[in-house]
Amino acid sequence: MATTDAFPESLKSLPQGPVIEPDFLHVTKGWKSWAFTLDHKRIGMMYLFGILFALLLGGSFALLLRTELWAPGKTIVGPDTYNQFFTLHGAVMVFLVIIPGIPAALGNIIMPIQLGAPDVAFPRLNLASFYLWCSGATLLVLTIPFGGLDTGWTLYTPYSLETHTAVMVATSGVFLLGFSSIFTGLNFLVTIHKFRPQGMGWFQLPLNIWAIYGTAIMQVLATPVLGITVLLLTVERFGHIGIFDPTMGGDPVLFQHFFWFYSHPAVYIMIIPGMGVVSELISTYARKPIFGYRFVAYSSLSLALLSFLVWGHHMFVSGQSRLANMVFSALTFTVGIPSAIKVFNWVATLYKGDIRLKTGMLYGLSFLLLFTIGGLTGLFLGILSVDVHLHDTYFVVAHFHYVMMGSTLVAFLGALHHWWPKFTGRMYNEPLGQMCAIGVFVGFNTTFLPQFVMGARGMPRRYWDYDPQYQVFHQISTIGAFILGISIFITVCYLMASFWTGKKAPRNPWGGSSLEWQAPTPPTLYNFEKPPIVHELYNYDDLVEVEEDRWERISDAPENQGAVPVASGGKEHH
Amino acid sequence: MKRVLPVLLALFIGTSAYAQTPGGSAIAPTPANAGESVPMADPTSGSNAATAGSAVPGSGSATNGNNQATSGSAGSDATGSAAAGSGAGSAAAAKGPPVKAWYDVLADKDIEEQGTFWMPKAVNQAADESDMMFYAVLALSVFFFLAIAIAVIYLTIKYRHRPGHKPEPSAAHNDVLEITWTVIPTIICVFLFWYGWHSYIRVVTPPNKAIEIDVLAQRWSWTFTHENGVTDSDLHIPAGVPVRLVMTSKDVLHSFYAPAMRVKQDVVPRRYTYAWFDATKPGTYRLTCAEYCGTSHAQMSCQKLDPVSGHCDRRAVVVVHKDLEEYERYLNDKITEQMNMAPVDLGKMLYDKKGCSSCHTVDGSARVGPSWKQPDWGKEIQIVGGSVKMDENYVRESILYPAKKARPGFPNSMPPFEGQLKDKELEGLIAYIKSLKQ
Repeated sequence: MATTDAFPESLKSLPQGPVIEPDFLHVTKGWKSWAFTLDHKRIGMMYLFGILFALLLGGSFALLLRTELWAPGKTIVGPDTYNQFFTLHGAVMVFLVIIPGIPAALGNIIMPIQLGAPDVAFPRLNLASFYLWCSGATLLVLTIPFGGLDTGWTLYTPYSLETHTAVMVATSGVFLLGFSSIFTGLNFLVTIHKFRPQGMGWFQLPLNIWAIYGTAIMQVLATPVLGITVLLLTVERFGHIGIFDPTMGGDPVLFQHFFWFYSHPAVYIMIIPGMGVVSELISTYARKPIFGYRFVAYSSLSLALLSFLVWGHHMFVSGQSRLANMVFSALTFTVGIPSAIKVFNWVATLYKGDIRLKTGMLYGLSFLLLFTIGGLTGLFLGILSVDVHLHDTYFVVAHFHYVMMGSTLVAFLGALHHWWPKFTGRMYNEPLGQMCAIGVFVGFNTTFLPQFVMGARGMPRRYWDYDPQYQVFHQISTIGAFILGISIFITVCYLMASFWTGKKAPRNPWGGSSLEWQAPTPPTLYNFEKPPIVHELYNYDDLVEVEEDRWERISDAPENQGAVPVASGGKEHH
Repeated sequence: MKRVLPVLLALFIGTSAYAQTPGGSAIAPTPANAGESVPMADPTSGSNAATAGSAVPGSGSATNGNNQATSGSAGSDATGSAAAGSGAGSAAAAKGPPVKAWYDVLADKDIEEQGTFWMPKAVNQAADESDMMFYAVLALSVFFFLAIAIAVIYLTIKYRHRPGHKPEPSAAHNDVLEITWTVIPTIICVFLFWYGWHSYIRVVTPPNKAIEIDVLAQRWSWTFTHENGVTDSDLHIPAGVPVRLVMTSKDVLHSFYAPAMRVKQDVVPRRYTYAWFDATKPGTYRLTCAEYCGTSHAQMSCQKLDPVSGHCDRRAVVVVHKDLEEYERYLNDKITEQMNMAPVDLGKMLYDKKGCSSCHTVDGSARVGPSWKQPDWGKEIQIVGGSVKMDENYVRESILYPAKKARPGFPNSMPPFEGQLKDKELEGLIAYIKSLKQ
């Protein structure tokens, strides 16, 4: 059966047809071939499963603490256990899920292929980074049997110096996770600089790679500060040297400076990859080049740089000087500008497109709306006088969940669905995917919109017990959390099920224009059978075709009724 | 749009009465104007009589060993006389707690925060501008969000994929458009920053003349020390007079947060931080800790803990008196009370006010720390690394230096109270603990 369909001329230059080489999932067998693999895709897959596990763990803590907040006073646990719930929820979600989520897991799997490279620059470093992540994750989870952790993920001194929980275990874990993050960043920086194929200039890079590049800069420059900070905290706890301990002349507020000097860039380590992913999603599913590519690319970089200059806005009421507050407030507003530009550009990309509301796009559009809310509520917190009232209340909790979860995690889920067929070779259940995407959107907003109101009314965060006037908001929020949790749980289930029950995925199911869609599905060990052709970025007009359009076109042609096309490798869904 | 507008209007204009915190006392509801209808509040002599009323029978019963009942009768006596004077509040007697001084009655009142759907009304003169900023940014955000959401939904529907529909060519970028939507947010941000800074300076700069109150935060209580040495766990201030707080912490970070005042400031150990406000309306307002500080972070200076759910029914509050005179009357009456109280009553009051109740029960059950109801009084008890006789000396030492002879099975997290309690107060605490043994 030859390729009987009347192909546009330009499409013929792209690789088609069955692949002879075994794909990366089957090229070698046995647990050792995974444990000692140097293949970026396998490392990325292992990261992905670790992260999905951590997501379910962190999510369970979230549901537990939301359940506890159903009524004032004790619902299921006492205050000490509650404090451990929110601490572990935060620590697991930040350090184990969101920071490595897009860059280390999906970035590892997709970025080198998207770049047109056979692997990352330092495959061994890549594997080392994964094992550091595993060790760090193990230590963080080990805090539970070693007495828990009740400091909040921020580990503020002097509380973290005095508490009897397993702070040292946690800080050791965070220290290792920091190195894992640095290694990944370093690796990606070199890869993006050195492994671009012929014809792949800086402005031919997909925006996802620009975002990962910006992220990598921050990972390399900011994370060492985290390492030093937790090291100092450990030494202080263990050796009482008087850096942070006020009783020995130390300065507890200094810890906050150190901590946020890392952790504010870390917020952008979390969000910028999400922005990159969403640029891909919106462009691909709208069949339109991203509007204002250079503006979006530059805004990723400027966000990465500006993010180093705004840490003080976490400390407006900490006792920091007014001058510092003024400077940090002004700098904080500069972050709003590139963020706004991106949102406008994404919206403009939809104009005159041909929008397909696949699961990936539903997540992309969710991101757009949720990130807008997250960004706009950031304005309140940047305004000094308003921040004084809202600081450390549920308003802040809602705000950063809109950014970190509503944006980054939603982008992560979108990216997972977008590239799932590519690296697993299996299609997931599309209607179920769409339903869960809507479930995530609805559940998320139900959870966190009431928290803005609670916060503005003065409900402080990290409260086990609260004033009865907030109860109705807490209950709405808890119901939302369960909708959200169930949606994500079903998502993980049907994605896993697709390994066994999913249809075989075609090479380019969504008609993406970037290079990973030229690679076989799943990719072979070195990603491409022959060097990929770098063509015009985000050009969907005649170079790439959405798989289902192909089906329409082929089945519409009278001479091909009933023909089974070759490239798909199986029956197509309709 | 037709549906959205009324909702928006409701958000901005609509006022809602905030759900009331169940107040600790059974005193009949009183209007915001403090002095007039609170029992015993009108003549100064009346309130003195009340303190004396609770003090005298209390002291007589200190050795009785059944403090609960005696206090109860003392309470009913005093309340009875108060009821005769004012005709209100007799219900308090039946429950049996010692009678409250007029200022504590004020502090026990339900929180009266009126406001919009979004925020309680600000009662700090300096906060009006920042509230205006909040609503302005709210309007701006709602506008931008709706603009973006409507654009996204409209474009998604209009350009959705359907058979025969193809993407149409359009510009991949447009410099004029992109510069426009760079410049507009920039201008907005500059304005927001400027006005935010402006109103912030107003919120944080106290006038030259202000009443100074020292604030000591510790796990898990507030102590407010006034100019004449009066200490209290509720913050009493006059309306219409600027108040400046000089704050420090005994142990970890805390944060002074009075939502209705729009004031929040972290309290840092071994350093002073400041806050000020100029309250506009007399009443009782919430006071919370906004910086995580451990187990009872949510219940700093809790004064009425529900034993079953652990919910705190009565937290620390800010009591705004109607004027300076009323505030001075509070200072005088309070200091008299502190001087004249029977040891057991003083101890009981300190138990509530100093945050002891966050960790210690008086019914024999363990919480964070051991219960104060100790059947082992006078006997040897287990401590870490040995045993000690449970007596006045042991209790005294354990209050001042809790870490020295810690009890096994409890976290060593109690702050030392050395230098914080007068001898009389220590005696009171010991007397109260003794009175609980059976």
